[in-house]
Amino acid sequence: MPLQRQPNIPEPDWFYAELIEAQRELSEEQANMMLAKLVLILCNHVGERALLSEAIALARSNTLAATHPST
Amino acid sequence: MLKTYTYPHYPYVQSPEQQTGQVVRHPVVVIGAGPIGLTQALDLAQRGIPCVVLDDNDTVSVGSRAVCYAKRPLEIWDRLGVAAPLLAKGVQWKVGKVFFGTGLAYRFDLLPEAGHKLPAMINCQQYHVEEHLVQACSQAPQVELRWKHKVLAIEQDADCVTLTVQTPDGLFKLQAQWVVAADGAHSDARRLLGADFSGQFFQDRFLIADVVIDPKGVASQPFAAEPERWFWFDPPFHPGQSVLLHQQADRVWRIDFQLGWDADPAEEKKPEKVIPRIQAMLGPQVKFELEWVSVYQFACRRIDQFRHGRVLFAGDAAHQVSPFGARGANTGIQDCDNLGWKLHAVLSGLAPPALLDSYHEERAVAADDNLGHSTRATDFITPKSRSSRRLRNAVLELARTEPFARPLVNSGRLSTPTPYLDSSLNTPDAAPFAGLMRPGSPCADAPIESCGKPGWLLERLGQGFVLLSFGPAEPVKAAGLTVPVLQVGLDVLDPQGLLAQRYDGQPGTVYLIRPDQHVAARWRQFDPAQVQTAVRRALKLH
Repeated sequence: MPLQRQPNIPEPDWFYAELIEAQRELSEEQANMMLAKLVLILCNHVGERALLSEAIALARSNTLAATHPST
Repeated sequence: MLKTYTYPHYPYVQSPEQQTGQVVRHPVVVIGAGPIGLTQALDLAQRGIPCVVLDDNDTVSVGSRAVCYAKRPLEIWDRLGVAAPLLAKGVQWKVGKVFFGTGLAYRFDLLPEAGHKLPAMINCQQYHVEEHLVQACSQAPQVELRWKHKVLAIEQDADCVTLTVQTPDGLFKLQAQWVVAADGAHSDARRLLGADFSGQFFQDRFLIADVVIDPKGVASQPFAAEPERWFWFDPPFHPGQSVLLHQQADRVWRIDFQLGWDADPAEEKKPEKVIPRIQAMLGPQVKFELEWVSVYQFACRRIDQFRHGRVLFAGDAAHQVSPFGARGANTGIQDCDNLGWKLHAVLSGLAPPALLDSYHEERAVAADDNLGHSTRATDFITPKSRSSRRLRNAVLELARTEPFARPLVNSGRLSTPTPYLDSSLNTPDAAPFAGLMRPGSPCADAPIESCGKPGWLLERLGQGFVLLSFGPAEPVKAAGLTVPVLQVGLDVLDPQGLLAQRYDGQPGTVYLIRPDQHVAARWRQFDPAQVQTAVRRALKLH
């Protein structure tokens, strides 16, 4: 199965709010750590190596192509 | 400083050829009397090949250096008859603990598979290993150890290699049909031949210390219980860095402190700096003495070609890895295992010199495999950026409660042999087989019974080509050799069924095993013509 690149999350606004909310009252470092853990938890859940490679490559190329690179 | 060990000094003896000035041509000269050179000499001697070993020093390894010896090298040493004293001397461990900050991140058990003669791993100081190997070489009439012999020049032509050697009596020349260069990471032979040795240097330094711990009054693990391997990421006594603790023989513990790139090696080695560091780690109640201390930097690199004409590189002279995962000495011993029978086959005229190209083919793959493992462990232990450190720490924090994260923790992976799956010496399978014994794989051990006595498969495979058969088979004449048969159910019994299980030994199955106990070919039924073709292929006779 190829990487799902079409919308797949029901109620996207609520999902995004939950993600932001989970970082509330965390320090910058804790918030970054939380995201790192989330990545690892989800990668393990997916498990499929080819899919993970595709997702890693997409995240990287999208970051390199960004017109306003984040700092 | 050293208290538990007295270094032997082996006598320098002027060789008859230096005395007389008569240049002698030897079948094989090994440069370097470290664990690799000595193992190579023993292997060649056992195959009946006289061998001269040159070493520029006159003693064994200073400090513990290579400490962990894995099952496959132990099996090779067992074949050479030197494993028993090392097993008796060394320390076996199974439990490893990984700490992160102040807490235990997780605990693992090596859980070695049952039904193998040798353990997954022993810890033993390199000087003990070398001393045992020197002793075995001294008892082998075909091995001539020459101490205080430093190679200054290497020339070779189509027929032989000429070495210019310096001894306390001056310079002399000797010749060899083949040279094995096992003279370590800073190999003179490699430099003299101008071989390329490239790879990655890590911008980090490590302090290694051998420490004798007085067990009296020490109740805390790991000093008073079964030996365990302890690894700390970012411990309170050494913030931001990693520390490894291993038990060795004679109640000597080995501690590796990561220091970082900015550390001053001369300063860090001073006892007044080292002792408080160790005391902080062990706790105030533990009494200890410092035996040996060193600071090192490491690289992951390998030689361009393992074979340079008539000179063959082995061990650290051919590949250098990070210390994580105990891969340096372990892979070097396997180099010898691969090279010995090939040199024997070429020297006795059974195979063309092209067989020695397969030494590079097979061992370069193994070296690259080890370099990959070693580099990945290093990247986990010493993250190169803030964000990779964050990911690393995320793994360690998750590992405390989440089983899924534990396989991602990499404090060095157990060294296991690399199978030569794509080797040109293999005969590809023509029928399906289950299990791990694919052509190119090292033979798995299994318990057997012979003449009513229990034993082990690897003891019976010997060190020449052999047919391991699970049905009737006949010895096969091929390429000037007679390949004998070891028939399961007749020559050896398989009381637990593990042999048949590990080799998918359905009735009629036949394996052709190489002299280094790797699988060359296998079939579902015995056919002498196919065996002949496979033997010729394994000897590069086609």
